[in-house]
Amino acid sequence: MNCREIQNLLHAYGDRELDVMTSLEVEKHLQTCSECKQALENQTVLGNSIATGAPYYKAPASLRDSIIASTRQAAQAEQPRIISRRWQWNPLAAGLAMAASLALGFFLAMQFQQQSARDFLVGEIVASHVRSLLATHLMDVVSTDKHTVKPWFDGKLDFAPPVNDLTADGYPLIGGRLDYIGGRTVAVLIYQKKKHFINLFIWPSANGGETPQTTVKNGFNIVNWNHAGMAFWAVSDVSPEDLRTFADLLGSDTSPAR
Amino acid sequence: MNENEPATQFEQAILPHLDAAYNLARWLTGNDQDARDVVQEASLRALKFFGGFRGGNSRAWLLTIVRNTFYNWLEKNRPHEVSTAGDEELYGLEDPSVDPALLLARSSNVEAVRGAIEQLPVEFREIVVLRELEDCSYKEIADVAGVPIGTVMSRLARARKQLQEILADKSETGDRP
Repeated sequence: MNCREIQNLLHAYGDRELDVMTSLEVEKHLQTCSECKQALENQTVLGNSIATGAPYYKAPASLRDSIIASTRQAAQAEQPRIISRRWQWNPLAAGLAMAASLALGFFLAMQFQQQSARDFLVGEIVASHVRSLLATHLMDVVSTDKHTVKPWFDGKLDFAPPVNDLTADGYPLIGGRLDYIGGRTVAVLIYQKKKHFINLFIWPSANGGETPQTTVKNGFNIVNWNHAGMAFWAVSDVSPEDLRTFADLLGSDTSPAR
Repeated sequence: MNENEPATQFEQAILPHLDAAYNLARWLTGNDQDARDVVQEASLRALKFFGGFRGGNSRAWLLTIVRNTFYNWLEKNRPHEVSTAGDEELYGLEDPSVDPALLLARSSNVEAVRGAIEQLPVEFREIVVLRELEDCSYKEIADVAGVPIGTVMSRLARARKQLQEILADKSETGDRP
C-alpha cells in the first residue's frame, strides 16, 4: 500500500476499528514511513486534546426535571382513556383480569425470590455508582498509580483487592474509594473510558470462576464475575461491549496462571 | 411506581443518556436554550416511538432521535446552515505543513480546541462529538447519523484534517489575549 492508501486507513487504525490483517499492514508501513508516522502522531495529539480539553455538556437538572414532567404528562394523557373504556365495556373482564393478575403476581413472587438477592445487589451497586457521580464522592484516593492506590486500602479492609492499571488498553485507573455493599465494606476502583466512569466493586468471595453475568439496570450496564477468590462487579454507562472487554482484561490480568 | 408501567420503562431507558443527548444537541445547536428545546422535543418523540423500541442500545437509539430532531429544527430555524457536503470527494494526504510541535502547543489550549470544533460544518461536528466525546464505535455513529460506515470514516478523516488546519492556522494571528 502507498502513503495515500495508508493515510486513508490511518484514522480507523488509530481508532482501533480496522481488522487485524489490515491493521498489521498499516503497522508495517508505519515502521518505515516517517511521514505517515507523523500523521498518526498528529492525529493522536488532536484526539487526546479533544478528549481532555473539549467540554462535555451535561444536561442541566432543570431540563431533566422538565423532561420527566412532560413525558409523564404525555404518557398519562394516552393511558387512562384506553383503560377506562375497557373496564366499562366488559365488567366480567375485571374478574378475569383479577384472577390473571393474582396468578401473575404469584409467578412474579416466585421469580422474585430467586432473583431478589442478585437484584438487591445490582440495585445497591447501581445506586452506589450513581451516588458516586452525583455527590462528587467518586474517589477517596485520587491517583493513576496502582502503587499508590493499592497501599491506600491497607488497614482499611480485611482483604487486599487486586489493583491493575489498564491505561494501555484505554481504561486508565483514576482512583479508589471504600463503599458499603451487601452488608460489608468493599473496595471500589474507578476507571475511565474517555469521558465515562467505570466503578469496579471488589470483595472476597468463595464462589469459583463462573462465566461473567451481564445485567442492565436503569440504562447502566453491569458485569459481574468471580476470580481468584474475589467477586468483581463493574458498572458503567459505557457500551456493553466495552464493559465486557474491560472485564475480560481484568479476568485475564489477575489470572494466577500468568 | 410500578416497574412495568410504560412511563417507568421509558424513563429507565432514556434518563441515563440524557447527558449524551444534551451534549450532542449543545454542540450541534451551539447554545443552551436551543439544545434544551431540541432535547425536550426529542424526548417526546422518543416516548411516541418507544413502543417500537426493541431494547438493545438505548443510547444510540436516543441519540438518533436527538439528531433527527435537530435536523428538523435546523431546517426550520437556520435553513442556510443545512449543507450538502460531497462525501464522494476523496480526501488527500495529510497536510505536511501542519507543524507537529505547533499542533501540540495549540491543542493544549482548551478554548482553541472548542472554537475549532465549533467551526466545523455540522455534519462533521456531529461525527467528531460522537467519536471523541461520546466514544461511539464507527458502527454506532453510522446508525445514529444514518450513513454507511465508509462515510463515517471519510467524514471523520476530513473533520480531523480540518481541525488540525484550523488549530495550526491560529498561529498566523497568534493568541489574542
